[in-house]
Amino acid sequence: MEKKETSGRATRELERDDASESARGASAVDSTRAGDALRMKPYDSAKVDARVRVNKAYKMFVGGAFVRSESGRYFQVKGAPREADLGTEADADVDADPDTVNVPRGSRKDVRDAVLAAKTAWTGWAKRTAYNRGQILYRLAEVMESRRPELTKSLVRGGETLTAATSQVDASIDRVVFYAGFADKFFALLASSNPVAGPHFNFSVPEPMGTIGVIAPDRPALLGLVSTVLPVIAGGNTCVALAGERDPRTSVVWSECIATSDMPAGVVNILTGHAKELAIHFAKHREVAGMDAWMVDPDLRKAVESEGADSVKRVTTHVPMDADAWADERKAQGLGWIERFLETKTIWHPLGL
Amino acid sequence: MAHTMTKRESETALEATGAVVALDFGKAWDYAPAPESPDHVHIDPRYGLFIGGRWVTPRSGRFFQTINPSTEEVLSEVADANAQDVDDAVKAAREAYDTYWSRMRGADRAKYIFRIARAIQEKARELAIVESMDGGKPIKESRDIDLPLAAAHFFYHAGWADKLDYAFHGRRVRSLGVAGQIIPWNFPLLMAAWKIAPALACGNTVVLKPAETTPLTALLLAKIIEEAELPPGVVNIVTGGGETGAALASHPDVNKVAFTGSTSVGKRIQRAIAGTHKRLSLELGGKAANIVFADAPIDQAVDGIVNGIYFNQGHVCCAGSRLLVEESVHDTIVKKLRDRMATLRMGSPLDKNTDVGAINSKAQLARIQELVAAGEEEGCERYSAPCPLPSKGYWFPPTFFTGASMSSRIAREEIFGPVLTILTFRTPDEAVEKANNTSYGLSAGVWTDKGAKIFYMATKLKAGVIWGNTFNKFDPTSPFGGYKESGFGREGGRQGLAAYLEVE
Repeated sequence: MEKKETSGRATRELERDDASESARGASAVDSTRAGDALRMKPYDSAKVDARVRVNKAYKMFVGGAFVRSESGRYFQVKGAPREADLGTEADADVDADPDTVNVPRGSRKDVRDAVLAAKTAWTGWAKRTAYNRGQILYRLAEVMESRRPELTKSLVRGGETLTAATSQVDASIDRVVFYAGFADKFFALLASSNPVAGPHFNFSVPEPMGTIGVIAPDRPALLGLVSTVLPVIAGGNTCVALAGERDPRTSVVWSECIATSDMPAGVVNILTGHAKELAIHFAKHREVAGMDAWMVDPDLRKAVESEGADSVKRVTTHVPMDADAWADERKAQGLGWIERFLETKTIWHPLGL
Repeated sequence: MAHTMTKRESETALEATGAVVALDFGKAWDYAPAPESPDHVHIDPRYGLFIGGRWVTPRSGRFFQTINPSTEEVLSEVADANAQDVDDAVKAAREAYDTYWSRMRGADRAKYIFRIARAIQEKARELAIVESMDGGKPIKESRDIDLPLAAAHFFYHAGWADKLDYAFHGRRVRSLGVAGQIIPWNFPLLMAAWKIAPALACGNTVVLKPAETTPLTALLLAKIIEEAELPPGVVNIVTGGGETGAALASHPDVNKVAFTGSTSVGKRIQRAIAGTHKRLSLELGGKAANIVFADAPIDQAVDGIVNGIYFNQGHVCCAGSRLLVEESVHDTIVKKLRDRMATLRMGSPLDKNTDVGAINSKAQLARIQELVAAGEEEGCERYSAPCPLPSKGYWFPPTFFTGASMSSRIAREEIFGPVLTILTFRTPDEAVEKANNTSYGLSAGVWTDKGAKIFYMATKLKAGVIWGNTFNKFDPTSPFGGYKESGFGREGGRQGLAAYLEVE
């Protein structure tokens, strides 16, 4: 088992933080110790009577269950400095989380397990009526609304200001509502009855592709994930999403919203880990019908497109948009987002007696 | 020249194979030869490249021969474009795009495209004859299917050119730029129409590479485009082989690549353009299931099976090459299929009575023979129609296999020839399971008298085109294209426009 991983932005941040703490004299190894008496780290003994908080173990969400990586690997994520919101009510909530949390570092096998769960869930999800899918998505919005403080708190811990976090949560909930209402409408907008030159009844209908892999942008941690996952599932696909790595905790909080909504297990699966390592495994997996990958690194985008060719995968890659664009309803939501992962099926039948 | 079999020859052939003739039409089955005369058709001894509105000799200095696959006679020599030639063509297309085509009113673009449609209709007979000579397909098919549909595709798409703002529910659209298009040899002119018409309607300019074995009708189309006075460079035709195609697909100034052909080449193209931001549409191979239920109108179904696999010598990406028959009617279907196959006339593509023409090329014939041999080695039972094969040219008789399993090569690989593999099923769900058990997903057929069953099956089948109680029907208003490894993007219909537009 790998104890501590050596690449990836989250860890680099951790290392940088360690270094700065070291500069302040809080290093694990105190070089001034020799010859001195025992010096313990200060502790406020008044805390003895305070309740010890329960820390949350952050887990990935696969097949409706919360799981650690089968690899046993993790990466550490630190809470952001909280100067901006010190003294506010939100800050009191924020403070209830430990400085450092261990987040599962998903592996190739985790990707495969999640794809299997998504593939298994697809038959049932695609078979539901569009009305029913719409209601389930709307239920997710209801649950998110009731967990607004928790989602907001998580985003603040991930480095957003309280104002930005609040508006991101609001926009995310609204986006879920947008797609909930679209679930039974895109069909009529994309389908057609085709006037062929002959005695045939001919029509074309959109159909979901199957399991879609999403590599969510790093920022905005919640809105980016919601904006990429929702159109995929609204169209009747199931989804395996890799959360952005800057603030993976918020994706776990969102998973908890999904878990407590009416979403069938396996429709949305959320992994945490490093895109640089895992995106290629999405691309190579033959049961992944399409990919929506938002990644900064051009070489990684190219590799994903290239590996996807082996199964003629519908791969779209993007340079991540800036945070404001994700909040823009004209840029970050719409029919085209759903259409991207739909097939057109055309059916012919003769007319006659 | 090969000729259509007479009744007597057919009987002799049947006796030779020991087959029992179930149907006897007597003298009524003897047709006199009815050749379509190629006399007034003019084919130049040599063709250059059509670049920037002019006919130019290739910078490569190389030419290659194109032959008539039914006689092996040389028809003409065409230019073998190299990367420099392709670069010239792309530059011409870019210039035309930037300076006029992208700025022209849609209504005016439309009128140019309408002109092409009309000229194809005017020259339909000539084009059909050349198509049959260069590609080996029966004149009946090139005359009644390829040509009318090619004209229809231009006519249909012409009308879109000034209506694109209506196509996507108010979403703004814009053209992509230069489209590099690579087409196959099975429907040479029709595929050119499928590619060029929507590209032009959507405001793009085109560099088209026809297939190596069937370049002639694309070159005749270039003449039509020249005569229609399209602005120079809007359509450029570069002939050549795989290297020419690769140079086109990988040219850095091409904005869109459209390819119809084999899945293996499609994958190579998809891989080659990774990371380039080029738009791509792929229409690749297939191994379509044609599903016949016991309650189907059996005689119609048998005709549909024949049309599904022997149309165009089986050189059809959406051919119904896997027949799935409900077990209880298997023997009946096989018997009726043999009877029906005994009436198929194989011979000169130019004879108006010919049902099955020549295999397109020596290489394709070898591929068919290899897979058929594999079927025999795997223990599948082969039946071939008792047609005498002409001594010259490339021929393969209509053939089917029984006793195949789902894992047989002939049940999994695209043969792209007149070879059918017959499998059985017991329940609708087993039929669905078997039909979908393939990496392809282009088309499927369902034969049953029960309407609800058609729609049940149509919903479950993972394929882009489903034919219920019919097969191999095409229309420009009807989107065509595959699921899974049969490619992505659609051609035809409102949906097909998306392949040539940026839709916001």
